[in-house]
Amino acid sequence: MNYQSIDEANQGVIQHVLESQPFLLDVVPAKSVISELNGKVLLHSGPPMKWENMTDPMQGSCIGASLFEGWADNEDDAKKMLEAGEVKFIPCHSVDAVGPMGGITSANMPVVVVENKVNDKRAYCNLNEGIGAVLRFGAYSDEVVNRLKWIKDVLGPALSKALKQIDGGMNVNVTVAKAITMGDEFHQRNIAASALFLKDIVPYLLTAGLPEKELQEVVKFLADTDQFFLNIMMATSKVVMDSAAVVEEGSIVTALSRNGYEFGIKVSGLGDRWFTAPVNTPDGLYFSGYSADDANPDMGDSAITETYGVGGMAMIAAPGVTRFVGTGGFGDAVQTSDEMREICIANNPNLAIPTWDFQGACLGIDIRKVVETGITPVINTGIAHKTAGVGQIGAGTVRVPLGCFEQALEALAEKYGVTAE
Amino acid sequence: MLYTVIKKNLFQDSVSLMLLTNHLSAIDGVNQIQVMMGTPANKDIFKGSGLYTDELEDASPSDLCIVVNSDDEGIVDKVVEETDEYLSNQSSESQQSSISVVRTWEMAGNKLPNADVAMISVAGEHAAAEANKALDRDLNVFMFSDNVSVSDELQLKQRAQEKGLIVMGPDCGTGILDGVPMAFANVVDKGNIGIVGASGTGIQEVSTIIGRNDGGVSHAIGTGGRDLSSEIGAITTIRGLQVLDQDAETDIIVYISKPPAPEVREKVVNVFKTLSKPVVAVFIGDKPKAAHDNVHYTWTLEDTALKALELSKGNKASADRIIADNQDDLNKMKETKQQYVKGYFCGGTLAYETAMILEDALDLDTTGKHTEGMMLHVEGHEVIDLGDDQYTQGRAHPMIDPTLRIEKVEEAAKDPETAVILLDNVIGYGAHEDMAGVFAPVVQEAKEEAAKVGKTFVAIASVTGTADDPQVYQDQVDKLEAAGIIVTESNAQATKLAAEIVKYVKGEKTIATNVDQQSNENDKVAELIASKPRVINVGLKSFSEAVLEHGGEVVQYQWAPIAGGNKRLAKILEKLK
Repeated sequence: MNYQSIDEANQGVIQHVLESQPFLLDVVPAKSVISELNGKVLLHSGPPMKWENMTDPMQGSCIGASLFEGWADNEDDAKKMLEAGEVKFIPCHSVDAVGPMGGITSANMPVVVVENKVNDKRAYCNLNEGIGAVLRFGAYSDEVVNRLKWIKDVLGPALSKALKQIDGGMNVNVTVAKAITMGDEFHQRNIAASALFLKDIVPYLLTAGLPEKELQEVVKFLADTDQFFLNIMMATSKVVMDSAAVVEEGSIVTALSRNGYEFGIKVSGLGDRWFTAPVNTPDGLYFSGYSADDANPDMGDSAITETYGVGGMAMIAAPGVTRFVGTGGFGDAVQTSDEMREICIANNPNLAIPTWDFQGACLGIDIRKVVETGITPVINTGIAHKTAGVGQIGAGTVRVPLGCFEQALEALAEKYGVTAE
Repeated sequence: MLYTVIKKNLFQDSVSLMLLTNHLSAIDGVNQIQVMMGTPANKDIFKGSGLYTDELEDASPSDLCIVVNSDDEGIVDKVVEETDEYLSNQSSESQQSSISVVRTWEMAGNKLPNADVAMISVAGEHAAAEANKALDRDLNVFMFSDNVSVSDELQLKQRAQEKGLIVMGPDCGTGILDGVPMAFANVVDKGNIGIVGASGTGIQEVSTIIGRNDGGVSHAIGTGGRDLSSEIGAITTIRGLQVLDQDAETDIIVYISKPPAPEVREKVVNVFKTLSKPVVAVFIGDKPKAAHDNVHYTWTLEDTALKALELSKGNKASADRIIADNQDDLNKMKETKQQYVKGYFCGGTLAYETAMILEDALDLDTTGKHTEGMMLHVEGHEVIDLGDDQYTQGRAHPMIDPTLRIEKVEEAAKDPETAVILLDNVIGYGAHEDMAGVFAPVVQEAKEEAAKVGKTFVAIASVTGTADDPQVYQDQVDKLEAAGIIVTESNAQATKLAAEIVKYVKGEKTIATNVDQQSNENDKVAELIASKPRVINVGLKSFSEAVLEHGGEVVQYQWAPIAGGNKRLAKILEKLK
């Protein structure tokens, strides 16, 4: 052990987080940076997953991705192929990537490349497709697949051309620090950061030599997509937390993710192991005609944002979305962030929250504090219909199951040679 | 049948609209309803839920779109009405309370970094562990919890003692710290009677009788019933008595308990003897013993309260408190060598009494020449009966005409040697209708004048009269006090106080609080009672509210057993540091 104590190791983890310098470098086809994707391979969110355990929406996403990649011409064939085990599944997290909701990412989908300039580590995330019937929520209609193709052929290359003009890439910390003061918490609400991104990228899009129609489409899409920044934030959170995980000691959570079947966490002192427990179903508000009965259990790698201390952990930063919790007043938002602070060991001075007396966002979820208090992290999340193809039906919050932390604590006790005797 | 309402240019965020949709769904006659902004994506959602109408086609993203499925067209008006009302009245009621709620000791420390006491009311089996955590953080402990083992109690109290802290309880039902009620306590005015008690209801009975009789309580320190057992040996009791003895707010100490083990009783009584303040002690159930030293024994709780009240009103120790309160001024007077008392009376006998007491208290060498109203004139001391014939020739008696006395006071205020100006104020039929009203501005102005040349003096007065007199006793007192004049219960007290002040400025007297201030750094108990308590309340939330209401600071620690009571995990957590 390189540290005198777990507390000291944890401070080391925090130090790595605070020193991180994430930059958005490029948008590239996934297969060009993730070699595992060459072949019939799909990435998915959360801990490792078998086809038969996938909930409907994730299966729907797989069907959509198979159609997009041209592995099948129609839904039935795609399904048969997937059921036959022809497609290999890998968790996004295992290949430096993260994916929202189903997290299904295939070879030709563009991904953002975020690099931590401090250690050259990189992380990837696919692009946000907008809302409604979208692949990540399990929709796979022609409209969905066609949009994916447009993203591949137009949006991805356009953004790549724009970003490459920025020397050293786009400094994500700057955008995030601005947006948190504008009411974003980066999971439920990314409208400020998305607008800032648009503002910063448009000059480069204009000089990227795009055909006028494509330029119009790209700008229109970015302007319409309030959550566009979420995927950039996910890759950022991933690269920052992976950078902190190099400490390989301590009790800080470095990943939170779920696949609709299990919730999984990773801990700084426990390497690449997932500690899992059955996932909860979100609590939230539903579009008309839908209710909690229709909700799919929680899924997505987007909870990586909570690992980094934003999202539900920073509820108070985004008064606009606080009504997703409890009765939803401002006081509840304060209470939520105050409660989350109880299980964290620090505040992130780079993310000062005006509505929280400029306290920094929570940083460093300590599994010992979670088990001690029974307070589990709050995740702000979208809600998918449990039937494939319907898509998003609401949004709300969900708690990480306590079991993940209890198991991780047992493993940590073993690692440090501590027994309950 | 689908009905569509488009409200042009009425933007609402999606969360509001989801809440509104839920709200409207509850209206009788609404089969299904959706309220959303008219964005393309939302129009798709309308389609998905079978609520799409052609009217939505033209809706823009800034238009509020309502589509309701109902068998009754009349429902549309109702929906619009409810919508308008909802949107105009959507400030959510926040559940935030003014008391911060935390779930860990660490966070409690962050929220109230200068906390000085932990109030613990969690189940007995966990109470000792939490009390130890409080002691770890150098907090005094008020332990409401019962069912704590004697060995735990002893460990906690010994540890507290080593750290200069106090553990009140376990099973401590009540307390008052600087006027702030702890746990089950009554609202009693602040005053100069301090209580140490091993009996919660005993403290309540005595403190409320004191309160009902216009007295007040400085602090009430509960010790828990077992503090007097042989095993514990009165650790908290003794500490409580000593800290009250040093407390400037406390003039009288009340002690309440059942009869303890004989050797412990002896120990406590021996402590009584070392205290500088009078003690009123009741060992409930024991016949009172004869008073000795400074200690008075009583038989019932009521006797106890009444005896304490009696002492509190005519108490010598109050000089210490007044000196402590005015220490800055008095220290200044020390430097300027202002050492003398000037007394200007309209009551001859009062002037005589004052002269007599001063002679005695200041050990003045006087041959007793009490002529022409000059009752005392030794060194710079001067006590004059302005009612003497010498002064009333050609003018009315000073009880009616204050002119001469005003001159004297103004003169004395300018005299560089004056430390104290003593006045009487005899009210009643025939006396001046508002003597206090005359002297209040005179003294105030004289003080302001003195301040201009960097000086100050102390004015002390007594009022002879009753509430039924035309001038009304309390009104006169209030007016004098408002002008910065110290008003005592009697002329004798006023004089004794003046003498104590003179002794202090001459350096012949020190007061306990002087010593305190030097040793305060390590005495966290003295610190605790020196100001409103800052409480981390571990357990019953209602206790927090009472603290806050009476000016204390408080953080509510929403306690739960570690790891939800899972002993195995708790043990791991303990070791995994």
